[in-house]
Parts: sequence; C-alpha cells; structure tokens
Amino acid sequence: MMMAYLALAAILFAIGIFGVLTRRNAIGILMSLELMFNAVNINLVTFNKFIAPEGLTGQIFAIFVVVVAAAEAVVGLAIVLLLYRNWKGVDIDNINIMKW
Amino acid sequence: MMENFGTSLGLFWEFIKANPIFCLLAFITILSALYVVTLRNIFHCAIFLVLALFGVAGIYILLGAEFLAAVQVLIYVGAVSILMIFAIMLTAHLASKRISQNNEQTGIAIFASAGFLMVSLGSFAYSIWRVQTTELPENNTLEIGKLLMTDFVLPFEVVSIVLLAAMIGAIVLARREKS
Repeated sequence: MMMAYLALAAILFAIGIFGVLTRRNAIGILMSLELMFNAVNINLVTFNKFIAPEGLTGQIFAIFVVVVAAAEAVVGLAIVLLLYRNWKGVDIDNINIMKW
Repeated sequence: MMENFGTSLGLFWEFIKANPIFCLLAFITILSALYVVTLRNIFHCAIFLVLALFGVAGIYILLGAEFLAAVQVLIYVGAVSILMIFAIMLTAHLASKRISQNNEQTGIAIFASAGFLMVSLGSFAYSIWRVQTTELPENNTLEIGKLLMTDFVLPFEVVSIVLLAAMIGAIVLARREKS
C-alpha cells in the first residue's frame, strides 16, 4: 500500500517537472511548483504513517512546507505582477535581463 | 511477455477493487494535474489546480492526517489558488486561448520527467522499507499541537517570521512607486 502512495507522489512530481520545464507563462510555472510541493508533502505523510508512526514529525514538516509554499506563492505572484507592469507581459522567454 | 503483462494487469485490477477510494482520488489528482500543465487557457489550469489540491487533501485523510487535510483546504484551496486566480485576472489579456502557453521544449521535458519517474519508481521498488505495524497516535491534531508548542517551537516561531517577511516583501514589491 505504501508503494501506491509513493508512486502517486512520484507521478505528481514528474507532472510538476514537466510543467515547470514547458510553461511559458510565469503563473503556470508557479502552479506547477505547487503540484511539486504537494507531491513532497504526500511523501512526508506517507513515510510518517508507514515507517515512523510513533511520532508525528512528518506531518509537522508537511505543515512547515505548506507555510513556506504559501510565502513563496505570495512573493512569486508579487514578482509576476511587477514583471507585468514593467514588461507588459509575463512570458518568461522575454525576461532575460539578468541573463549573461 | 504477454502473460506477464496479463498477470500484472490482473494485480492492478485486484488493487483497484481492494482500494477504490484511493484509486478514485489518485485518478482525479493525476488527471487534473495533467490538465494543469497542458491546457491552453491558464484560467482553466487554475480551476483544475483547485481540483488536484482537493484530491491531495483526500489522500491526506486516507493517510490519517486530518489536520493536514484541513490545512490543505484552508491554505491551498482557500488562499493560494485564489491568489493565482487574482494574478491571472490582473494579467488578463494574456490568458486568451490564441497564445501558446508552452515553449518548444515539450519533447525534452517529457524525456526529463519520464526519466525522473522511472528512476524514482525503480528505486522505490528495489529498496527495502522497514514498514512498522503500529498505528499513528489516536488524537492526531492534539498531538500536533503539543509537538508544535514543545519540540518544534523554534521552527514554529521562525516560520512565522518567514511569513511576516514574505508579507512585507510582497507589499514592497507590488507597491506603485511615486514618480
């Protein structure tokens, strides 16, 4: 049964990798990142239940991951709005000002 | 080869019959995650992201993490996806269907993600897990509250400072500068 949860998390993470690599819209990339965070959280809770059920460390780490993901989404979307204001678009192929 | 495939298909069918709720939730989650990364209209992607996050909340309930499921629904479905929809609305005319949302790296991206999937599934299959038979503590939420106030009190405080910094940072970034 544990393998099924791990496989689900791996599939979700692979879908997230695909989204991050192919999306052109910055908001799309942030959404794929959220999928990857969720895959990691499923893994943490699964290991908590099946490998170390005497404590709740995995669930607490998952809560911290959720909080940090929320902070990341807030700052990321603020940056997206700033990009939209300055470049008139959120297509990250065009935003290469920091590219050497 | 053929009968090997047949037996694995039979095992899969047995698994579905044994765990119908898990299979339904996993199917919903994976299908909507695929829609999130492939649909052209970015607003539909956000809606399917909400569905995928609900599916993950159901998986948490199956895993005996009720508090985490509530946190998932409140923070992800209630806050993060609403933020995403706000950002899509504020960048509205980019969300039309005519603009292609994907770049030209689709082939290599499929290769990379499928490679990651194969490596991780293979390493799961060949590792030896020491699966415990004991159950999680009965009163999950109570235990989490106690742990957050005793063993994990320092990360708890640090994470609140992280949230405060993110909030101030977002306000400073998104504020219009006076010219």
